[in-house]
Amino acid sequence: MIRDRKDFLFMTFVYAFIVAVFIITFYPFWNVFIISLNSAEDTLRGNLYLWPREFSLASYAQILSDSEIWTAIRVTVLRTIIGTPLAVLTISMLAYSLSKRELVAGRFWTLYFVFTMYFGGGLIPYYMVLKSYNLIDNFMVFVVPGLMNVFYMIIVRTFIQGLPQELDESAKMDGANYMHIFFRIILPLTTPVLATIGLFTAIGHWNSWFDSYVFTYKPELKTLQAVLVKILNQYQTGSMVSEAQQMANSSKRLAVSPDTIRMAATMVATLPIIMVYPFLQKYFVKGMTLGAVKS
Amino acid sequence: MIIRPKARPGINGQPAVRAAKAGLMARLKEQRLLYVLMLPAIAATLLFSYVPMFGLYMAFINYSPGGGAFFRQFFTTEFVGLQWFEYFFTNGDFVRIMRNTLAQSFLSLLFGFPLPIILALMINEMRNGWFKRTFQTVSYMPHFISWVIAANIIITMLSSGGVINNILTGLGIVDEPIAFMQKGPLFWWIIALGNAWKDMGFNAIMYLAAISAINPELYEVAKVDGASRLKQMLHITLPSIKPTIVILAILAVGGILNAGFDQQYLLQNATVMNYAEVIDTYTYKYGLQNGMFSYGAAVGLFKSVVAFILVITVNQMAKRMEEQSLF
Repeated sequence: MIRDRKDFLFMTFVYAFIVAVFIITFYPFWNVFIISLNSAEDTLRGNLYLWPREFSLASYAQILSDSEIWTAIRVTVLRTIIGTPLAVLTISMLAYSLSKRELVAGRFWTLYFVFTMYFGGGLIPYYMVLKSYNLIDNFMVFVVPGLMNVFYMIIVRTFIQGLPQELDESAKMDGANYMHIFFRIILPLTTPVLATIGLFTAIGHWNSWFDSYVFTYKPELKTLQAVLVKILNQYQTGSMVSEAQQMANSSKRLAVSPDTIRMAATMVATLPIIMVYPFLQKYFVKGMTLGAVKS
Repeated sequence: MIIRPKARPGINGQPAVRAAKAGLMARLKEQRLLYVLMLPAIAATLLFSYVPMFGLYMAFINYSPGGGAFFRQFFTTEFVGLQWFEYFFTNGDFVRIMRNTLAQSFLSLLFGFPLPIILALMINEMRNGWFKRTFQTVSYMPHFISWVIAANIIITMLSSGGVINNILTGLGIVDEPIAFMQKGPLFWWIIALGNAWKDMGFNAIMYLAAISAINPELYEVAKVDGASRLKQMLHITLPSIKPTIVILAILAVGGILNAGFDQQYLLQNATVMNYAEVIDTYTYKYGLQNGMFSYGAAVGLFKSVVAFILVITVNQMAKRMEEQSLF
């Protein structure tokens, strides 16, 4: 309800701020999107703002005809669909055990896990250890080290502790053991929070580039984001060369400039995420709030 | 639930200790399935968190890749004490790396801390409806994309033919496009604004949660008193979320050495290296790319220890503040 001039001014400011943030957040994605849909030669003229000037799908056709991209997509999808459920299961099983007050040495185990949030060996010893385990250049390096996440465990544990205790106790009376209670009773009840950490884990898998970039050498183990880093690096080195030279090169060589290719590759890596996270918004907002209360 | 009295060995004498031990074994046996459920997490944490911590011993030896298996070298390779740390503090890189790390963290906080608060306050004032919902969804978008994609977008926007230079030259603010990515000191600001852009919307969630917990009666009373919306925001909403703000501020200071890795590594290029290099990128470059493994481990250990002390200190402070705000 706008009650007077003062409120009107205030609300104008509020909406102006919101619209500004909206543009700053959304426009960069839009700009990348239209460049990816513009013909490569025309893109070199610059001044692309709202719509593609010369619509073309050549950049997409080019990257999607590249077998390197398809290998990368396969690796990325595989690590996501294998890694996510295993991580969610590992984390939720732990969260359930640690939510039990009667757990022997419960305090010790909580400390055991929480300590790793604050202290770690760092990159170099980590690399050495992976090498000792034979995980360098091995697909499993994408899955196994990511099984545990203490922060997500705390979110799930907080949620489980909020469930009514009687559920557990009556099942126990009926002779169900911990395993039954966890899989039959607790797990179905925790779906909202499992969706949250599942989403975060899946997006983490989809987005991760460093493990593929540093811990693997074989081309068939490069993830989508790692390939994108390579494209970005080529561009960065390219921009060191003078502008004119670059323009001459790209118009001479082929109809598709590296710029539109880079944008198309960026869109291929971005679109799946943009299509998934809005549907799980209600869960992760709740999950984040829950986790925030506890930690 | 069966309530078991907690045994106190040592106070009640021998028989009590034995009873407690028997009780412990019985309880362990009863809880063996709980331990089975914990096993994968315990093993993964041991293998990928604790073993690397022991691996930090490599910072005190002269590890060489050709010198045999990693852990065997702990016994076969010469112990060099603090030599690598000395080298780090005296070779001139230390000051530059720390300056870049702290400057980028500080600037990131300067933008990245207040913006989510302001954004949450503004979102709270919006009328409920499709626009608010759409806006919130869009505001989370940059958080969910990788830094690889974000870096691609930022570099495109800031390139000489990019949108920002087009606007600046179009409006006649500058005559020549600015080479944003090639100017050293600008790199700090690009990182800070990039961080803010990426996480502003997502970080507002915490504050919105705090706002939603405010008692609506407070606003009713204020409305009866004729307070404007601005006044309500400044005198009800803002003070109510102050505890959240203070605690998140303290925690943010604890992470000041974690300036990041992805954003610096992906946005940097040879011309800005003097301003771009932070502790984590430096560790990676020397430790893995240049093959100075023990040196990289030593730099990493230095960072881990200082960061640990910082975080523990500020967490204690946050805990104290939390207790004060509760009672």
